[in-house]
Amino acid sequence: MSDQPAASPQGILSRHDERYQVTMYRRVGVEGAHALESYRAAGGYEAARKALTTMTPAQVIDEVKAAGLRGRGGAGFPTGVKWSFMPPPDGGPRYLVCNADESEPGSFKDRYFLEDDPHQLIEGMIIAAYAMQVTFGFIYIRGEYYEGYQRTWEAVKEARAAGLLGQDILGTGFSFDITVHRGAGAYICGEETALMNSLEGLRANPRLKPPFPAAAGMYGRPTTINNVETLTSVVHIVSKGAAWFAAMGSEDSKGTKVYQVSGPVKRPGVYEMPMGATFRELIYDFAGGPTVEAKAFIPGGSSTPMFPWEDRFLDMSMDFGTLAKNGSMLGTGGVIVIPRDKCIVDALYNLVRFYAHESCGKCTPCREGVGHWLPRMYQKLVAGLGRPEDVDLLENVVGNIRGTAFCPLADACVMPVQASLKWFRDEYEYLAANGRPKYQKNDWWQA
Amino acid sequence: MIELETTTPFFQDKQEVVDEILSRYPEEGRRSALMPLLWEVQRAERYISEARMHEIAEIVGITATEVKGVLSFYSTYHEQPVGRYHIQICSTLSCALAGADEMYDHLVNELGIVNGETDAEGRFSLQKAECVGSCGTAPVLLVNDTYYERVTKSRCRHLLEALRRDEMPEPWRERGGDNEGAEKATPFGGAEGGEA
Repeated sequence: MSDQPAASPQGILSRHDERYQVTMYRRVGVEGAHALESYRAAGGYEAARKALTTMTPAQVIDEVKAAGLRGRGGAGFPTGVKWSFMPPPDGGPRYLVCNADESEPGSFKDRYFLEDDPHQLIEGMIIAAYAMQVTFGFIYIRGEYYEGYQRTWEAVKEARAAGLLGQDILGTGFSFDITVHRGAGAYICGEETALMNSLEGLRANPRLKPPFPAAAGMYGRPTTINNVETLTSVVHIVSKGAAWFAAMGSEDSKGTKVYQVSGPVKRPGVYEMPMGATFRELIYDFAGGPTVEAKAFIPGGSSTPMFPWEDRFLDMSMDFGTLAKNGSMLGTGGVIVIPRDKCIVDALYNLVRFYAHESCGKCTPCREGVGHWLPRMYQKLVAGLGRPEDVDLLENVVGNIRGTAFCPLADACVMPVQASLKWFRDEYEYLAANGRPKYQKNDWWQA
Repeated sequence: MIELETTTPFFQDKQEVVDEILSRYPEEGRRSALMPLLWEVQRAERYISEARMHEIAEIVGITATEVKGVLSFYSTYHEQPVGRYHIQICSTLSCALAGADEMYDHLVNELGIVNGETDAEGRFSLQKAECVGSCGTAPVLLVNDTYYERVTKSRCRHLLEALRRDEMPEPWRERGGDNEGAEKATPFGGAEGGEA
């Protein structure tokens, strides 16, 4: 799949690799791209017009199904199937929620969409709303993205003024409006039911499923929640057709995906590539390769189990099936490169602290295990006060947390710990036995 | 901190603000206005006092305890006043790999405060934050709502100097990746504040 034809009349080539064309991400970083005028000049809202004026709602859902689009928020559930779970309209309100609470460490793509191309997201929401006959939409943006929040609100107001949101959109009789909601710093809001609680003005604890959101979501009404990138992909599926989308990617993962690379590489950043491109292409061809010797990489955001820096892993396809088969996940596609000189125990302590901070406190395994036990065990190890048997104890504790918590947050913490023990147990044992890490560089800050 | 003194109600002469916020949500979703109302207060007063919690509770139609229950869940609402320049330092992995831990130590030395504190003058407060979603331009500081990215030692020095003069430097916008070059970073403070 690495040699997709680059040429499509309106396709813009990656600045770094001419094999790939950039679609969703092409306007990010372009001056003034967030304004309606600019978006329309680039053909914006034509996909929404096409969907609303030439297709039935069912045809839109079928098109998304045929494209093979899978949710880009991490779980990879087929989007068209998710949409078809919405019950038939009963005259009451129905909701669409865009999850823009991007908080997974290593993920930073949605922020750029919100700041630089909010109309693309709004267009995707209009199409999705039409397909599901939704009456009202929310964009839930994490609190830190204040600029994205302002830009998105401005875009919503522009769209309303242009008759693209509100009553009788484009004269089709279809009505839909959007409100933009600012979160306040809680990773758990990435979990869809916690996000709905937050949107309803409650503490963001996850809800028991079932009922699933399609049956009883926002205010107890039918609701669908999609990620920013998922909704953005829909614009191009409608505009260029399901066949165009399905022709890109690998067997089980279609279309392009917006990947991210961070850590010590030459050009960290966001790269849109067809799904199924390899880690090597992303890290070396696009991001210019590591700047220091690397020993591991996290494939798709901090909650996805890491891999050692070996050819067999670097050459894996970045798609849902390949990662699952290899014991990890595609997640958000946020790759973090870990240099050799970073103590792996310290790196994991950093992530464990993150999850401990973000544990919502609803269920015991996560509140006690992730929230208290794990950071304390790591603190002791990193301080050089661990005993050799602490490594086994750690393994035992994470094994007992896994699969026992109310929502996926606890597993998101313990699976990376397990992977680090699997691949870098020697560093844990060295630290526990000697009281000092095998790698102890601690001056990472550049002049 | 419980404040029992009488204060001028924040929303007293802001009925149109309240109405606008309530109008953003469907009829059945009056309580959804809670978070935006909290933001409204915090943006003006830099924290949310007990008195404001009572006010908001009344608008939304819940108890002040419920309001406090919600705001205490989230890490970006403050129950104590923060400094005029509330500095958040992202401390999660990608930023740590770019020197966030050392930068934190530097800020502690420079500002004389640690995580969670505000200086005596009320100018600076410092907070360690979890991943703020700017991993490609690590390490990152937020000053109030503004991102400062790829904060090298020299950029950090320039930023603090500017803030001490009560100047908020223009943030430079970087996108990295495919869009490197489209908006090439212009470091604030001119060339000398730039790439070291």
